[in-house]
Order: sequence, then structure tokens, then C-alpha cells
Amino acid sequence: MSEVVRNVIIIGSGPSGYTAAIYAARANLAPLIFEGAVTAGGALMNTTEVENFPGFPEGIQGPALMNDLRAQAEKFGAEFITDDVTSVDLAGVIKTVVDGDGVTHQAHSVIIATGSGYREIGLPNEKRLSGRGVSWCATCDGFFFKEQNIVVVGGGDTAMEEATFLTRFAKTVTIVHRRDELRASKIMQDRAIANEKISFLWDTEVIDILGEDKVTGLRVRNVKTGAESDLDATGLFVAIGHDPRSELLAGQIDLDDEGYVQVQHPTTATNQIGVFAAGDVVDHRYRQAITAAGTGCAAALDAERFLADRDHQALSDH
Amino acid sequence: MATKNVTDASFAADVLQSDKPVLVDFWAEWCGPCRMVGPILEEISNEHGDKLTIVKLNVDENPSIAANYGVSSIPTMNVFQGGEVVKQIVGAKPKAKLLEDLADYIA
Repeated sequence: MSEVVRNVIIIGSGPSGYTAAIYAARANLAPLIFEGAVTAGGALMNTTEVENFPGFPEGIQGPALMNDLRAQAEKFGAEFITDDVTSVDLAGVIKTVVDGDGVTHQAHSVIIATGSGYREIGLPNEKRLSGRGVSWCATCDGFFFKEQNIVVVGGGDTAMEEATFLTRFAKTVTIVHRRDELRASKIMQDRAIANEKISFLWDTEVIDILGEDKVTGLRVRNVKTGAESDLDATGLFVAIGHDPRSELLAGQIDLDDEGYVQVQHPTTATNQIGVFAAGDVVDHRYRQAITAAGTGCAAALDAERFLADRDHQALSDH
Repeated sequence: MATKNVTDASFAADVLQSDKPVLVDFWAEWCGPCRMVGPILEEISNEHGDKLTIVKLNVDENPSIAANYGVSSIPTMNVFQGGEVVKQIVGAKPKAKLLEDLADYIA
């Protein structure tokens, strides 16, 4: 166990974790941030152009934006461990956090910024064919689907973005959505609709993925008529949303029915003293990089206030 | 020992004909998770290079081999032994998980 008890440990990176690190570092709290062994930088590491983060009229590449946030936190003295957290104990006055190497770290306060992970459809063949025609990341894997017929499942911004990105490589991209209208932002919808390579299959869900060693086709069903048919496709990109990464916290802090961390609005305080949460692990309404960054800042300020109040309390108790 | 780069041209000699098991890391510059896994593989190579040779194949520069082995997502790490693929690991993983996956080859 590490001897030092830190002021604050931040679990998770991305815009919420890195912004929390910037503010905590500037408050002289010397934060320690666990940025993730292979997920450091969060969801934006898997996107290309970010056009809607304020301050970048020409847009900025996702990984570049994350690198800049990280560098900014580092400049003010944040300490990084590029590792995962495997368990936490948040109940006591001193919180403990165990990393991927089994080392235990202690802190007076913890900020949770673990974000969310892509959701799977849940089909048996989905996992089996993962990496062999089934993917959840267009920027990662699109390269391997040149001149192929690809299906993207989903109706939100991620699905529109992935489908549009994939037209760089694919012969055709078919967006399969289980309803007859999209929930994506208007601008993303318009772009997808205008793209000649993209077509839409409405009121449809994928019920099976065909193929032995790799995807050779998909079985789909019309949710209104029940009619089933086969789609000719060798790539399936799943973009149906995200689930909060809150497994570490189950039983320790209050989560809602879907697993999102509950906080005492408008603060970032969880029901556990000294534990704060920000970003997509809390937010299922907005889920933007800028809202994540905003709550990351709030979490750092909440932690700073918590520590200062506690020190004043200790002084006034004497 | 450090990892080394292989190419479409050197693949047969460096990988298929090796007497030790060889882990081939299929990667590309634009692949974020590949860049995260890179340093982890360097560490594993330094610690276990006597038992398992670790090499890197850039798929942009060497499209043939990647296509031959049906690589459709990166990072993909294939372990070759006696010229055949004996294990396939798809996707970036933390060091502890990779060591578990490779246990048979670094024991």
C-alpha cells in the first residue's frame, strides 16, 4: 500500500477526468489520475473530427483534443498512472483505490470519471464474430472493409457519424434502425441522408449474424410486420448507445436503474462523503465532451471545497 | 529484448520459419488502441523475449499479410508457432490480461 494519502484521486480520463485534473492541480491538490490502461483519453480517442467542442471553429481531431487536455493537466502538476482501477473502497474517511498492478492508493476524496462503454446488441454471434466483421468502432476498423457492404445499427449521432465515416471505405452502408425516425442531431441526420452511399432500413432490427469465421450476412426482422429476411453484408458496426462504466461502484454509491451514478444536483456529490462523479458515468441526457468537461471542473471544485471545509472543521474543533 | 518490425517480404523468414513462438502485432499509425498496446508489448518483449519473440507489422505498409490472415480489426495479435496461427488476440488489453492470454508461450 502506498504510504501517502493523496488529497484527491481521479478515476478515469477523457474530458471529464482531465478537466477535473486541471482544476484540482491548479487548486494545489496534487491530483493522481488513473487514466486507463488501454482506454486513456476516453471515447473521443475513437473519433476523428470533433466539430462541436467550443473554441475550435476549424474543428479538432478527438485524440489531439484529449492530448491537449492531458498536457494542460500535466503542466499544472497532475500525476498520471496509465492503468485501470480494479477495485475501490469508498466508505471510510480515507478512500482506497487498487490499480491494475495490485497496488493500493489512498486519498481523502475521489472523483469518478469512468465514462461509458459501447452497448452490444446482445446476440450470441456478436461476440463470437467480434473483430471478424463485427465492430463497435468505425475509425478503428473501417479500413478493413474496403469495397464491402456494411451495415450500421443505430439511430443516434454515433450511428450517423460511423455510417458517414465508413462511406470512405465501403461500397454501400445501410443504416438499420428499429424505429422510423432517428434521434440523431439534425445536422448529422441530414449528412447521412444526403450521402449517396448510405441507405436506411427502418423499423428493423438485426436478429442474427451469419458466418462461420467471419460475417457473411445478417438476418433482420421488421418490428412492425414481423417479416424476416437476410441482408447481404460483410461488416456490422454496432452504434446503439452506451452503458455507464459503474461496475466498480456497485454497492458503494447510489446508482440509478440503468447504472448511472446519482449525484446531488447541481453539485457532483454522490451519496458517499468525499466521493464526486462527472461525465458520461453520470450524464445520460447530454453526453457531450463539453458537458463532461463542465462537470469535471465542478467535481474538482466540489472536492476542493470539501477538503477545505473539513480542514476548517478540524481547526474549529480544537 | 525489444520488439522488431517485420514486413510482407520478411514475414516468412522472421515469423513462419522461426523456431520460437512469434507474436505478430498488426498495427497502424492511426489506430489509437494500437498505440496504447505498443508500449505494453515492448515491456512484455523485454521481460519474456527469450521465450516469445514479439514483432510488429504495420498494416498500411504491408497490406498483403494482414489480408492473408483475415485481419479485420486492429490491434490484432496473432501468435505463430511452426508457421501456423496458434492464438489470436483481438483488441487492446491491459498488460495483466495479455500476460494471461500469453501464459502458454512465456511459461
